[in-house]
Amino acid sequence: MSVKNSFKEEILLEVKNLQTAFEIDGTYYNAVDNVSFKVKPGQIVGVVGESGCGKSVMSLSIMQLLPKGIGKVKSGEIIFDGFHLENMSESQMNKIRGKDVSMIFQEPMTSLNPVFTIGYQLQEVLFNHMKISKKEARQKSIALLKSVGISRPEKIVDEYPHQLSGGMRQRVMIAIAIACQPKLLIADEPTTALDVTVQAQILELLKKIQKVNDMAIILITHDLGVVAEMCDEVMVMYAGKIVERTNVDSLFYNPKHPYTSLLLGAIPKMDQEEERLSSIQGMVPSLINMPTSGCRFANRCPMAMPECSTTTPLLAENEEGHEVACLQYETSKPREEVR
Amino acid sequence: MRNITVHRNNETPSSQNENLLQIQNLKTYYPVKGGIFKRTVGHVRAVDDISFEIKKGETLGLVGESGCGKSTAGRTILRLLKPTAGKIIFDGKDITWLSGKSLREIRKDMQMVFQDPYASLNPMQMVGDIIAEPIYNFMKKSKVELKKEVMDLLEKVGLPQDAYYKYAHEFSGGQRQRIGIARALALRPKLIIADEPVSALDVSVQSQVLNLLKDLQEEFDLTFLFIAHDLSVVKYMSDRIGVMYLGSMVEIAEKNSLYLQPMHPYTQALISAIPTPDPRRKKERIILKGDVPNPINPPSGCPFHPRCPVAMEECLNSKPALREVKPNHRVACHLYP
Repeated sequence: MSVKNSFKEEILLEVKNLQTAFEIDGTYYNAVDNVSFKVKPGQIVGVVGESGCGKSVMSLSIMQLLPKGIGKVKSGEIIFDGFHLENMSESQMNKIRGKDVSMIFQEPMTSLNPVFTIGYQLQEVLFNHMKISKKEARQKSIALLKSVGISRPEKIVDEYPHQLSGGMRQRVMIAIAIACQPKLLIADEPTTALDVTVQAQILELLKKIQKVNDMAIILITHDLGVVAEMCDEVMVMYAGKIVERTNVDSLFYNPKHPYTSLLLGAIPKMDQEEERLSSIQGMVPSLINMPTSGCRFANRCPMAMPECSTTTPLLAENEEGHEVACLQYETSKPREEVR
Repeated sequence: MRNITVHRNNETPSSQNENLLQIQNLKTYYPVKGGIFKRTVGHVRAVDDISFEIKKGETLGLVGESGCGKSTAGRTILRLLKPTAGKIIFDGKDITWLSGKSLREIRKDMQMVFQDPYASLNPMQMVGDIIAEPIYNFMKKSKVELKKEVMDLLEKVGLPQDAYYKYAHEFSGGQRQRIGIARALALRPKLIIADEPVSALDVSVQSQVLNLLKDLQEEFDLTFLFIAHDLSVVKYMSDRIGVMYLGSMVEIAEKNSLYLQPMHPYTQALISAIPTPDPRRKKERIILKGDVPNPINPPSGCPFHPRCPVAMEECLNSKPALREVKPNHRVACHLYP
């Protein structure tokens, strides 16, 4: 792994060599394979990649929310604010989840309980983590709803999820997630189910809250536009591995991994006239068919060399702090960007 | 298989001006049932008086947020839904009220590609049979001819020959969408209505399918009505774009004119809301308040006025008509008298 920093910096979350495996017919397959990264306080880190590349599994591993009996963290360390989350018991985790780390999910419809009022679901978090009276809890939940931009919060607090629109529900989810002012928010595709104009509202809201609370966000998305507008740093994942990690500017202006370049070329851009979009042949290999040696992207990569199918590339850092896992960079100096 | 792309604008003006499809004041209402006798208590005005036309060989994009009526419009044009009022003129023929045999006859010329590649293919049928079905229904062909035709279609959409004997579940989302496209192409239709054909796909696969659609349009001289919520995808595909809001067409123009000089406040907000994949470009954002209103009970006057940042008193009272403000640029807004 990368030998890092002689200078000390504050780290909120550090994930080291995380391996998460899923059991399929008695065999364990790694959905997340040797992933390491750090998140600083107040930083917005984006995670991008196609479906099936392990983005969501990685976030569920951090939260220790993997489906019991099917998925498990096989090895690696998850250090949050000095605590090792991977060794924690369920009751210890419950004290941290929702308080210091919280999560919002893609579908605001299914992540709220339909039989309880909005107020009840908000107060549940407050009662779990704070010593607070009923009256205070109600007032606080109204204040929270107001802070996420819900008009008439006094009324909404007594309503049920089905009475709200998708954008409103996602606002409620955010209100629940930030109720205890967490240090880290994991947002898994928070705007994918929403319309663009509502997406713009929600992204704006997340940015505002992040600034006010000085909260770090791990933003999981497949939309590179959202990444460009929100994030400080970006990790590109492919088939369970991080293939590139860098700041947002150099990801878009100086992408190093062929996968990143192809992904960027595949999105239609509003301000350019394009005759053809670039595309990536084939698809992400399924867990069972994952290549055991070599680069996992080799069979789809237009620049693949013979050694790509035998040697596994490591995520290595160059002088500018730009990490990339591609064999064309380890032997030679980073060349001109690949487009 | 790939042709050199000659831009369609270079074609002779005579073929340019011919309308393949003309929609006049089309309305589609869904009844809302209520009470113990399930009587009709109101109507969802899914499509409320829209008019536009599509020229031969052109792609018209239709954008808007969920619930704006774009899919209903597409389905009504195909006559999968019954229009409430208005006129649909396809290839010079009024098809608004056709039924039975004459409606069946027209279906050959207009086909649809659906959004969900998982739900729109029969899981019990072999892919070969799925694609052959429309040909089998409309043309007399021997088994050998039929199979050859299907094999040709598979090749055209970039699927291997052995796909013929497989079932839909054996394919990925992108490949399934190719099967759906092959089925739509089978009868060599004049018009293809594609309803969110790529919204269920990953970006890398999305670009494959978009490129394929463009190639096929070139090869078969197809006319597209391309419905999507993603404005950048629509812009890539279309020649002209229509923007819908709450059942009404609020703006329709040539794509660059629409993108560079959007005139309707809703279009402006919609374009500004799209996240740009470029971290160095910080743009002015128009953030709209609230959500799309309920189409059962739409606001009075201009349907957009409750969310419009520049609404005037006039907007509350009268609904603006779609008017030509610039050449080939029509807007429905009181700002442009």
